[in-house]
Amino acid sequence: MDNMTLIAVASIVTAGLTTSLGCMCPALGEGRSVATALTALAQQPDASATITRTLFVGLAMIESTAIYCFVVSMILIFANPFWNHVIAQATKVVGK
Amino acid sequence: MRLSPDQMIFWQHGFLKLNGTIVFTWGLMLVLAVGSKLITRKLSTDLKRSRWQNLLEIVVTGIEKQIEDVGLRHPEKYIGFLGSLFLFVALAALCTIIPGYEPPTASLSTTAALALCVFVAVPMFGIEADGLGGYLKSYMEPTVIMLPFNVISELSRTLALAVRLFGNMMSGAMIIGILLTITPFLFPIVMTALGLLTGMVQAYIFSILAAVYIAAATRTRKPKPAPVPKT
Repeated sequence: MDNMTLIAVASIVTAGLTTSLGCMCPALGEGRSVATALTALAQQPDASATITRTLFVGLAMIESTAIYCFVVSMILIFANPFWNHVIAQATKVVGK
Repeated sequence: MRLSPDQMIFWQHGFLKLNGTIVFTWGLMLVLAVGSKLITRKLSTDLKRSRWQNLLEIVVTGIEKQIEDVGLRHPEKYIGFLGSLFLFVALAALCTIIPGYEPPTASLSTTAALALCVFVAVPMFGIEADGLGGYLKSYMEPTVIMLPFNVISELSRTLALAVRLFGNMMSGAMIIGILLTITPFLFPIVMTALGLLTGMVQAYIFSILAAVYIAAATRTRKPKPAPVPKT
């Protein structure tokens, strides 16, 4: 396998793996946090404003790890520096 | 596949570029400033008031209540900064309905600038509340060993703010772009609605997190013991 194929395969596989892990694990965490928040709401309905706000802040924190994984996948697919480098090299060779 | 409004160039002269981010940011600022100026020209305190004034009052009192809930005791000191953050990010997300518009917060430069504003504002409010020495001493709060960790947490919080907002906005725009090439009619509309919802939530999260950081920097450290009267 030459350089280009290797970089392409590695980027594609890694992007897929990153997205899949980045979707599964934060979803598990968010599910647990929402379940606990619902239990707390059922036990103390008059604290619902505080509980809801804290729930949303916590969900945003967990969500941001999923967003990091998404950003890395997007970079691997669309703005991959290694791919751009080998493409530039290949274009130079063809142009010569 | 356009990754950000940075790549929409409207006008270029040498290395000066007028790209989508700048144009849409200035457009949003114009709408917010001119709109508020027009609405607050004739404020009335009796029962007859215009509906736009009512709208603004609902928004302002809502933000004040949220700031107070977070733990900042004089919300009028902070509502200028936090309210502007919320309104800018929320309007940037809301205007996605307009065709041809890309939210400027979908570009890492805008969100990094907003996060840097929070990064500068937190020590400013902390020093205003505690004095320079008191604020710097708060970095060694549990023990002196925690000093590097506190500094790292400051930096990583700022980075997380920027990347969180950027990722959410960019992913919304990108999903719509991808779906437009696959199923043109139904799903892009559904995803636009979802993008509006996440945009509003992210605006709220950004300003609430900024408020929480400021509250953490300005809370009173040790309550001074009440002086015992000499009997």
